[in-house]
Amino acid sequence: MPHPNAQPAEPVRTDLRNGLYLIVSAVSVGLALLIWWMASRNEWVNPLFLPSPPDVWSAFMTIATEGYKGTSLLAHIGASMQRIAVALILVLLTAVPLGILCGRIRLLRAIFDPFIEFYRPLPPLAYYSLLVLWFGIEDTSKIVLLYLGGFAPMFIAAVYSARRIPPDRIQGARSLGASRWRLYLYVILPSCLPDLLTGLRTAVGVTYATLVAAEMIAAVSGIGWMVLDASKYLRSDIIYAAIIIMGIIAILIDAGIRNLIQRVSPWAEH
Amino acid sequence: MTATSLSTTTRDEHGARQNEHASSCPGPDTGSAAGIQLTDISLSYRQGSQAVHVLDRIGLSLAPDEFVCLLGPSGCGKSTLLSIIAGYVQPSGGSVRIDGKHHTKPTPQVGVVFQHANLFPWLSVAGNVEFGLRMAGIGRKERRRIASFYIGLVGLEASAARLPHQLSGGMKQRAALARTLATEPRIVLMDEPFSALDALTRESMQLHVRRIWQQTRRCFFLITHDVDEALLLGRRIIVMHPNPGTIVQDIRNPLFQDTDAPSFSILRASKDFADLRQHLVSMIAGSGSNSR
Repeated sequence: MPHPNAQPAEPVRTDLRNGLYLIVSAVSVGLALLIWWMASRNEWVNPLFLPSPPDVWSAFMTIATEGYKGTSLLAHIGASMQRIAVALILVLLTAVPLGILCGRIRLLRAIFDPFIEFYRPLPPLAYYSLLVLWFGIEDTSKIVLLYLGGFAPMFIAAVYSARRIPPDRIQGARSLGASRWRLYLYVILPSCLPDLLTGLRTAVGVTYATLVAAEMIAAVSGIGWMVLDASKYLRSDIIYAAIIIMGIIAILIDAGIRNLIQRVSPWAEH
Repeated sequence: MTATSLSTTTRDEHGARQNEHASSCPGPDTGSAAGIQLTDISLSYRQGSQAVHVLDRIGLSLAPDEFVCLLGPSGCGKSTLLSIIAGYVQPSGGSVRIDGKHHTKPTPQVGVVFQHANLFPWLSVAGNVEFGLRMAGIGRKERRRIASFYIGLVGLEASAARLPHQLSGGMKQRAALARTLATEPRIVLMDEPFSALDALTRESMQLHVRRIWQQTRRCFFLITHDVDEALLLGRRIIVMHPNPGTIVQDIRNPLFQDTDAPSFSILRASKDFADLRQHLVSMIAGSGSNSR
């Protein structure tokens, strides 16, 4: 799919072409749904592996109207989103300032880099049991897990963004009277913003991917927990419905951030 | 008791010595006059076992309303000299004084216009021009008033609300000039500000800068490697040679006309212009053959 925000050289023709590609994408999705429907209808595949689209739809309608295991669908989604949101807010509050400072001050970078580089490639599940040990089995350990997952990409984006600010910009700002904290607040932070939002996109992705793992242990709510719980009862229709819901939410969040990037930094190339 | 009084005495002595030093330092050539004084500016660094001398005892005295063009081949240290005056680089020897006071770090007193406009991309033209005023803690209303004056001065009234990426190269550079002027610096440093522009835009920018200088009467210090530019703009022309960077010529430009509308084309066609141009070109070229 072409980038919807690409600067068109010839507006009319590009619009036309974008529309055409959009139609191709729609047809492609429609075709996949058709194959799915035919495969389940003609029982090419065991319905346990692949329930039919109407089955999934009715499973969706059931959980949407009656909820799942005593909790409404929106509450499940809300529980998951709340965990992600709290984790991401903590990430923004810590990784951004620390990353920017590390990007500007070589000494700080030397102090923190080894730890970040060490834990960054670790799969979050590897240390999850330790987190449960430390923070208990309730929500706190889940949020810490998501936080640690999101911290590394955000931190790295912040370091990178601070390091690539043109030196002339900093010097020019100092000549205009920006010193110390004003320099950070009025020049460095806005300079980093486009890269920070790109980092946020990555962090959201990682956090989202970790969510199901986080909700695997001792949860009674959340969209990820729903998938795992349904799998215990072989309710593949609910699994499919929940996965599709998760996918759509992810697309919406990503589109929202992309939109924000465009609005905040229309001059940057993305 | 004794210890305290002793330490006080030493501190007093030290202070007295510092004052003495400060009053004796300006020397006979600088005095306490208004303007910008560079005294024995040197810069060298070690590269392996060799010492590289970038600048060698540069001395300059600039009047508060001077238009100086610093001319020299690339690598003669002219940009380094600008960085030292701006306070970005500390010299290994010598001092920069503004109205008799030491200048060691960037302040709004010394404005800088860069080769590339270097505007803040997230701020509109007005926001950029207001930036220095905001840093100085000037209120919104007053900021607006001052900014709109300087935006008018560079002829960007119609584009005040635009973001830098929506401007042409010449407009960006004019916005940068307005931003620098808005904080009312004592000296405006310009590092080849028109070299990235096309020939037509460059000429109109040169006229612009000339006119703005006449209206503001601040010290403009413009670095260029373009002899024509120096002759058209400079009231004073300084030529530097490299290895190490030294001032080899410091002349008052006889062609300089302090009129409202200097005609660059008539000036260019004159014989004096051609002669002086030839002289300066050979001076610069000479530096190249001498050094290598």
